[in-house]
Amino acid sequence: MTERLQKAKKPRHSENYWLNVWSRVRRNRRGFTGLCFVGFMLLVALFSPLLATNQPIVCKYQGKWYFPAVVELFQSRGTGPHWINKSPPFNLPQFDAKHQLDPQAFAIWPLIPYSEYEQTANFLSPPNRWHWLGTDELGRDLAARMIHGTVVSVKVGFVSMGIAALIGIAVGALAGYWGGWVDIIISRIIEIVICFPVFFLILAIMVWLEPNIINVMIVIGLTRWTSIARYARGEFIRIKGQDYVIAARALGIGHLRIMFRHILPNSLAPVMVSITFGIASAILLEAGLSWLGFGVQPPSPSWGNILRTAYDSLGVAAYMVYPPCVAIFLAVLSYNLVGDALRDAIDPRLRKAA
Amino acid sequence: MSENGLLLAIKNLRVVFYTEAGQVRAVDGVGLDIQQARTLALVGESGCGKSVTALSILRLIPDPPGRIAGGEIIFKGRNLLQLAESQMRNIRGNDIAMIFQEPMTSLNPIYTLGEQIVEVIKLHQRLKGRPAWEHAIEMLRLVGIAEPEQRARQYPHQMSGGMRQRVMIAMALSCSPAVLIADEPTTALDVTIQAQIMDLLKELQQRNQMSIMLITHDLAVVAENADDVAVMYASKIAEKAAVRDIFAEPLHPYTQGLLRSLPRLGGKRRRLEVIPGSVPDPLHFPTGCKFHPRCPIGHADPRCQQVEPGLLEVQPNRWAACWYAPGYEDKINEK
Repeated sequence: MTERLQKAKKPRHSENYWLNVWSRVRRNRRGFTGLCFVGFMLLVALFSPLLATNQPIVCKYQGKWYFPAVVELFQSRGTGPHWINKSPPFNLPQFDAKHQLDPQAFAIWPLIPYSEYEQTANFLSPPNRWHWLGTDELGRDLAARMIHGTVVSVKVGFVSMGIAALIGIAVGALAGYWGGWVDIIISRIIEIVICFPVFFLILAIMVWLEPNIINVMIVIGLTRWTSIARYARGEFIRIKGQDYVIAARALGIGHLRIMFRHILPNSLAPVMVSITFGIASAILLEAGLSWLGFGVQPPSPSWGNILRTAYDSLGVAAYMVYPPCVAIFLAVLSYNLVGDALRDAIDPRLRKAA
Repeated sequence: MSENGLLLAIKNLRVVFYTEAGQVRAVDGVGLDIQQARTLALVGESGCGKSVTALSILRLIPDPPGRIAGGEIIFKGRNLLQLAESQMRNIRGNDIAMIFQEPMTSLNPIYTLGEQIVEVIKLHQRLKGRPAWEHAIEMLRLVGIAEPEQRARQYPHQMSGGMRQRVMIAMALSCSPAVLIADEPTTALDVTIQAQIMDLLKELQQRNQMSIMLITHDLAVVAENADDVAVMYASKIAEKAAVRDIFAEPLHPYTQGLLRSLPRLGGKRRRLEVIPGSVPDPLHFPTGCKFHPRCPIGHADPRCQQVEPGLLEVQPNRWAACWYAPGYEDKINEK
C-alpha cells in the first residue's frame, strides 16, 4: 500500500522545462512539420543502405538465407557485431535475378533496387517505372543517389554544427562568465570571425586541403561558431547573475562546475536555436561547395554534386534538376522552421496567451 | 556560556564599487563582531550596505565593478581577505554558509532538491553515493520537510516559497557551518511562514551552536531573534549594542526614528511616524554626519553638518556614532 502511494507521488515531470518547450514546439504546426521532415531525413540517412541498394534485404538462395543489405548497413556504419562484419559477402552475380527470380529463390528487394554507384544501360532516361526519378548521364539511378546524398547532408549538418557548438559554447561561456578583459578580447575575436566571408574562405581553404566531406565539415565547423558563441555569451552573462548561481558560489562550488553544471544546462535553449539555424546554413553551404566541385567528390553522391551533373546536362535532362533542388529547399526550410518554433517556444515574450 | 567567544571579526571593512558615475563606497569602515552561538542582526534600509557587508565576508562581491578596498575579516584566526581563492572555496558552505532573500530563484531549476544538497555534501565532506544521499534526506527532515525521500526527487518549481527556503537552509547547514549568514531570509515569505523559518533557524542554532548573522530591515524579527544588533546607515555603522539595550534606549537618532516608525500594540491608534527624507545617494553623501539632513536633533547643528562622528563605545558595550549620543562628548574629550 505504502509502496503504491509512493509510486503515485513520484514527481510529475510534465512541468519540466524541456518537456514544456517540447509541448510548445509540438503545438506549433509549422515547426512540427519541419521536425517531422527532419526526422524523416534522419531515418532515410540512417537506413539508406536498406532503402536503395542493388542487393536484396532478405533472400533465400540455394536453401540458405542471406541478409546482404542488412550486412551492408552495418558494414557501412562500421558498428556491426563481429559476426556481421565477418560474414561472407553475398555475391550478386550468382543471384542475378532482379527481374526473373529463380523459382526456389526468394528475395525482398529494397524500395529502390539500385545502388548509388550502379551504372545501368539506360542513361539520361526520364522518370519511369523502374527509375522513379530517372537516371543520370552514366545510367545511375537518381533516386538511389538522392537517398545516399541525404547521408551527406545530415552528416554535414550535425558534425559541422557539433564542432561549431563545442567551440562556440566554450568561447561564449568563457567570455560571458569571466567578463572584463577576457570578454573584450573574445568579443573582438568573434567580431573578426563574423566578418570572414565564410563561403570564399572555405573555397580558399579547400584549394589547399583535399576536398572531401571531412574537411568540409571541419572548415564549416571552425568558421560557423560565432553566432553560437554570441548566444552562449549572452546567456552566461544573464545567468551568472541569477540567485542560484550566487547561492552556489556561496556554498563553495568552483567556477568550472558552476559554468558547466549550473549555467550551461540553463543556457542551452537559445544556443539550440542557433545550432538549428546553423545546420540549415551548413547544408546549404555544403550543397554550394559540392556544386562547385569543392565538396563531396564524385562518384560519391551529395545533393550538391547531383545538382551539378543535372546542371551539366540541363538541355537534355531537365528532370534531374528538381529532386536535389526540392530536397535542399525542404531540408533548409524544415530546419529553419524547427529553429523558429524552438525560438518561439523558449521566448516567453512571444508565447501566446492561449 | 564559555563558548561565547569571538568567532568572526570584521574590522574596518571598506568596499568600493567602481561605476561609470563614479566610485561608490558601499561599505565604509564597518566593524562587526560575531560571537559563537549568538545572533547578530544587521539592520538598515535598502542600499545601506548590509548585503554587501555579508557578501564580502564570503568574498563574493562581483568584481568588477566591486572591490574590497580594505579592512580585515578574521575568522578562526585567519584573515579571509588574504586567503587564496581555493582556500576560500573550502570555507564557503563548509565553515561559513549563506542563505538568500529570494528562495524562489535561489535553487537551480534543472536539478532536483536532493541533487543540489548532495552536490554540497560531496564537495565538503568525504561522503559519496548512498551515504551522501541519506545525509541530504536527513537534512531535509531536519528542516521540517515532510516526506523528505519523495521531496528530494522533486524539482524546485514543485515547492512553495517557504519550502524552498527550508531547502536552502538544509543546503546551507548540510556541512554544519560555524557561521550562517542569512540575508533577509524571510523578506519574500508571508508572515506565518516567516515565523516558522525564524523558529527553525533558532532551533538549528541551538542544536549546532552556530552563529547567525541576520540581515534584515524588519525590527520585529530583530527583537525576537537577535542577541546583538548593529544598525547601518549610509555605508557605516550608526549604532551597535545588545538587542535589549537598543530597544530600551536607542542612542542614535536614526535608530530612534526606526523604532518610532514601528506600529505598537495597545495605546492610542495614531499615524505611524516616518523618518523624513530618504536614503542619501551613495555618490553624493552629505558632508558631516550622513544622517544630519534627516535628523530631528542635529539637522541645524553646524557640527553635525560639517564633522562626521566616528563610532565610539559611549557606554559599556554600547557603540554609537552621534554627537548627541549620551556620553559621546565625554569619550571625545577623553581622547
